[in-house]
Parts: sequence; C-alpha cells; structure tokens
Amino acid sequence: MNPFTPVYHLQPGKVRAEFFRLLPISLFVVAFGAAFGLAASQAGLSPLQSILMSTTVFAGASQFAALDMWGTQVSVLPLVAVVFAINSRHLLMGASLYPMLRELPVGQRYGILLVLTDANWAVAAQDYQNGRRNLEVILGGGLVLWLAWLLGSLLGVYFGGLLQDPQALGLDMVLGCFLLAMALGGKKSPRVLVAWSVAALASMAAYWWLPPNTHVVIGALAGGVVGYFWLEGSKQP
Amino acid sequence: MTIETTALGTLALIAIMAVVTLATRFGGVFLMSFVRISPRIESFINAMASSVLIAIIVPMAWEGDAGARLALLTTAVLVLLIRKPLPAIALGIATAALVRYLG
Repeated sequence: MNPFTPVYHLQPGKVRAEFFRLLPISLFVVAFGAAFGLAASQAGLSPLQSILMSTTVFAGASQFAALDMWGTQVSVLPLVAVVFAINSRHLLMGASLYPMLRELPVGQRYGILLVLTDANWAVAAQDYQNGRRNLEVILGGGLVLWLAWLLGSLLGVYFGGLLQDPQALGLDMVLGCFLLAMALGGKKSPRVLVAWSVAALASMAAYWWLPPNTHVVIGALAGGVVGYFWLEGSKQP
Repeated sequence: MTIETTALGTLALIAIMAVVTLATRFGGVFLMSFVRISPRIESFINAMASSVLIAIIVPMAWEGDAGARLALLTTAVLVLLIRKPLPAIALGIATAALVRYLG
C-alpha cells in the first residue's frame, strides 16, 4: 500500500456526537416506522417478519412498495426490480462518499455503509460541500436512524392504532423538508445552480416518461454530467 | 417465478429484499474502487451528490398536495433566511399539518 495514502480515523467521540445530532430527526423516523409496522400487519406479515424486514432491509420506501406487492404469493423478479429501483439512489450516495471512504480500511468502509440512508448521507454530503469531512455521521447517525426505524416498526406492529393518520400531522414531509434544508445549506455556486436545474428537469422528465422509481437516479446523473463538463473554478461550461 | 408467503417463503422474500438493498449500499463504493478519481470525476461526483436531493424533492413537490408544497416552500425560505435547519424543518412540517387541517 502506498505509504502516502491519507488515512481516515473514525473518532468514537464524534460518532457519539453525530448519534445525538440526528436524534431529533430520528423521533420522526419512529413515527414512519410505526406507519410501516401497521401497514405490514395489515398486509399479513407476522410481527416477527415485519421486524425482521425493518432490521435487515432498513429502507422505508422500498419496504412500503414491497407491501403493495404482497399476497398469498409474491413474484420475485418484479419485487427485485422495484426494491432495486427505489434503492438505487444508495449507489450514487455511496459513490459520492468514495473520496472519503477509500481512506478507511475495507472492513470499516463497508461496515458503516450497512446503515447508509438518506438523512445521514445528506448531512455527510452537506458537510463535505462545506469542506468538513464527516464519515462519523454515517455511522453514528445511521445507528440512531436504524434504531428509530426498528422501534417505530415494533410500535406499529403492536400499537398500530395509536397513529392513524401520520399525514394529518405533516409527518410525511419530514424527510422532504430535511433533505431540502440540507441541499440549501450546502455551497451554492452558479455551477451548482445549473446542475440543480438540469437535475430538476431530468427528474421530472423521468417521472413522467420513464418507468416508475427511476427519476432520482436519472435526475442525479444528469446533474452530475453538468459537473463533469463544468469544472469548479472554470468560468465557462 | 413466485414464492408463496408461507413462513419459510416470507423469510426468503425478506432475505432477497435485504440482499438487493445491501447491493445498492455497497455497489456504488465497490464500483468506484475501479475508477481513477480525476478532477473531472470528482466534479461529476460533487454535482451528482447535491443533485440527488433535488431529484428526490422536485417530483415530491410536484405530486404533493398543497400541504406538501407549502411545507417545502416554508422550509426553503426559512433555511435561506435564518440558516438554521432544525426550526426550518419543524415549521415546514407544522405548515403541512396546518394547511391540511384547514383544508
């Protein structure tokens, strides 16, 4: 190994701090988990199966989509396609962290990716844009989000009736508002604004005309192409 | 191919979902380990990273009801004005709840 390769050391104290930093948003994740637990029970999953799915899959949107396909039997290929399409954004999120992740030992690199999800990634990405390297939030923030998802699923399975209508409380907008706040808190240059406009147009085009659940990846890649041709620091695209 | 949702079949389906999702969590980083990070690739990655959020939010706003749209608008305005994410998010959610209560 190249002795000059920089090494990223995960700091336990910072991992703990990031755990508590994402605790407030995790409380909302509990509410979502409860909605999933309730829906899973109604779809015919046993309590243990619902909890097992939340523990091992830990990707809410795809879990809800799977419930829509649940019956006395489930077609495997459509299930794989839908779960892959909805979660394919993880591919891009992971790739975007690669400049930092490559400095971790392989075990830690893939270990912290076990709890990679939208919210902790959004914080890490925003910090990176602002010049702060923060992989601790992937681990610490990911753990608190994962625990919240499990706790919520448990509550939903056993006390589902408590939260009949999360939409009425605006709880379906938690992730959207959180991600928007992270996006707008990052660095805004003309280049970023052009990338955003292209991403917005491409994602809407994909939303209308391409197969369902492809719009996030299409929009993000389209925004990335702007970056590929328009380097930081150069004036012209 | 279909799997019956017996106890064992359901376990198999959950395992399939878990493996597919894990592949998406690991796959991007794994593929990047074969790519040489040039300034151009790094610029692609950075633009893509902030575009992920936009590509999630814009269709969400489009398909959403008035509550959803005003919630996002409230959060956007507040985060740009006061630069504190938590109050901006909380007031965004409260806006959605209020608009739906009134509507």
